[in-house]
Amino acid sequence: MADKLSRATLVKPSSRMAAKAHLEPVENLFMNPEAAPAGHVCKASVRNLNFFYGNNQVLKSVSLDFYQNRVTALIGPSGCGKTTLLRCFNRMHDLYPHTRYEGEIILYPDGINIIHPDTNPLEMRLRIGMVFQKPNPFPKSIFENVAFGLRLRGVRGSLLQDKVEAALNAAALWEETKDRLRESAYKLSGGQQQRLCIARALAADPEILLFDEPTSALDPVATARIEELIISLKSRVTIIIVTHNMQQAGRLSDFTGFLYLGELIEFDRTATMFTTPAHPMTQDYLTGRFG
Amino acid sequence: MREMDSYIARSLWQDRMFACLGVLCTVFGLAALCALLVKLALDGASRIDWQFFFSYPSRHASRAGILSAWVGTLVVMSVTFCTAIPLGIAAGIYLEEYARKNWLTHIIEVNIANLAGVPSIIFGLMALGLLVYLLHLGQSVLAAGLTLGFLVLPIVIVATREALRAIPTEIREASYALGASKWQTVWHHLLPYASGGIATGVIIAMSRAIGETAPLITIGALTFIAFLPPSPVSPSPPFLSLDWLHSAFTVLPIQMFNWVSRPQQEFHLNAAATGLVLIVFTLSLNALAIIIRYRMRRRIKW
Repeated sequence: MADKLSRATLVKPSSRMAAKAHLEPVENLFMNPEAAPAGHVCKASVRNLNFFYGNNQVLKSVSLDFYQNRVTALIGPSGCGKTTLLRCFNRMHDLYPHTRYEGEIILYPDGINIIHPDTNPLEMRLRIGMVFQKPNPFPKSIFENVAFGLRLRGVRGSLLQDKVEAALNAAALWEETKDRLRESAYKLSGGQQQRLCIARALAADPEILLFDEPTSALDPVATARIEELIISLKSRVTIIIVTHNMQQAGRLSDFTGFLYLGELIEFDRTATMFTTPAHPMTQDYLTGRFG
Repeated sequence: MREMDSYIARSLWQDRMFACLGVLCTVFGLAALCALLVKLALDGASRIDWQFFFSYPSRHASRAGILSAWVGTLVVMSVTFCTAIPLGIAAGIYLEEYARKNWLTHIIEVNIANLAGVPSIIFGLMALGLLVYLLHLGQSVLAAGLTLGFLVLPIVIVATREALRAIPTEIREASYALGASKWQTVWHHLLPYASGGIATGVIIAMSRAIGETAPLITIGALTFIAFLPPSPVSPSPPFLSLDWLHSAFTVLPIQMFNWVSRPQQEFHLNAAATGLVLIVFTLSLNALAIIIRYRMRRRIKW
């Protein structure tokens, strides 16, 4: 934390005292999972997370908490590490060489460290779902797309049918697709494909659902539907969403983390951060002075 | 303005010149190929009948046939298919999906591409040393099938890798993000989506193998075979037999080579007819490859 504050002084010496004063409560909020705000249960805690691509450090000592059944948005300019942070949760970086994690991401209630080398990435991916930037359905039928995650868990027969229907319902896609489940997923529109991907991720009841700029490839109407959907999903899953669209973060999220150059600059309730940002850089970013 | 007109006229003239040149080149290549096919068809067509297909080679050209040759081609191809295809696909999957990308895999990659260009007679020499002398397989169907298998293995590996590489990363990530293991991703997604490309590569490999003569002559294939390999199934226990693997054999191109090298004109007609059969075989394999590729492209669009 001290490091972060000194960084603030470097950026804008004149606002040092103000920044520090505002940061105090923010710090309490996100550095202590037991001291979660009233009515909030901590679902995951990131502690001193460093992440490296080769020798290039992309995340620098990031610490923040994610609360159960809340939407947390990660915002920041391109290259700030928000997607990298998101992909740590389901160990996607393990698929590529020369990547390295340091620190902890504790998943509650069992307290398992997601990025510990002994933690099996498959288990984390079975428990934490992901929706990608570009809709990426499999070139299979609509039904098979949703069923795949369930099949991996050994779900068969009529239970499989029921769960696929439930997932499509939850993703607000059932009415549009119930008569064409055997058709190729590629026949759906972009927005429908993205909702199919959400259904696919939801089907196996993940504990956390990760969204990586889920609407950046969609038109405004499709975007609105996805946003509605994300808000409706809050009651059943913890949501972390990366977005480069600040209005979207404002509309969707309960909490927001602002990252810049691999560091977490500020983390707070979205309402608070968007009205009275504690850090001058957050303010500059939110008002569009950079990014 | 006039300057520009002459400039445009010159450009157009260049355009037209190249178009003419291109047509000439194309026509030349096609005409040579057509002449070859037509000559083959004219010479050989008269010999193609049931007798020709179901007779063994003979001293009398009019009584000779290609029974042992096409059966030989079929059994040798089946050995090639059963060895080169699984090995090639598995190696391709390993190199593309499992192997770490380091200098060693890079060297292997480059050398596999090189292997695909090694003259077939070199493979014949290798097979002679390894299969015939070292492993004592003799001049058998098994030795021939394995020889051709070695020959087309790089084609299958390269085709498999290309087909896998054409699948976007997002598809892999989608599968892994759902908790699939590497093998589950390969089995449920990558292999099905790559199957069109792999099938095309396999068929091209087989159509290459079917026409190969040099490596089989190198391992000592006989040119005059008046019997068929023993049947793989028998009426008495154990019902299945692998004796056919150790049988002597001949194949269509070797039979053709044998007849061409005889002085009598009638045998040359037999050779032309055999060549026609071989070409029809190969062209239909290639047509199959094109159909598969087309249907797969239509089904899966990235």
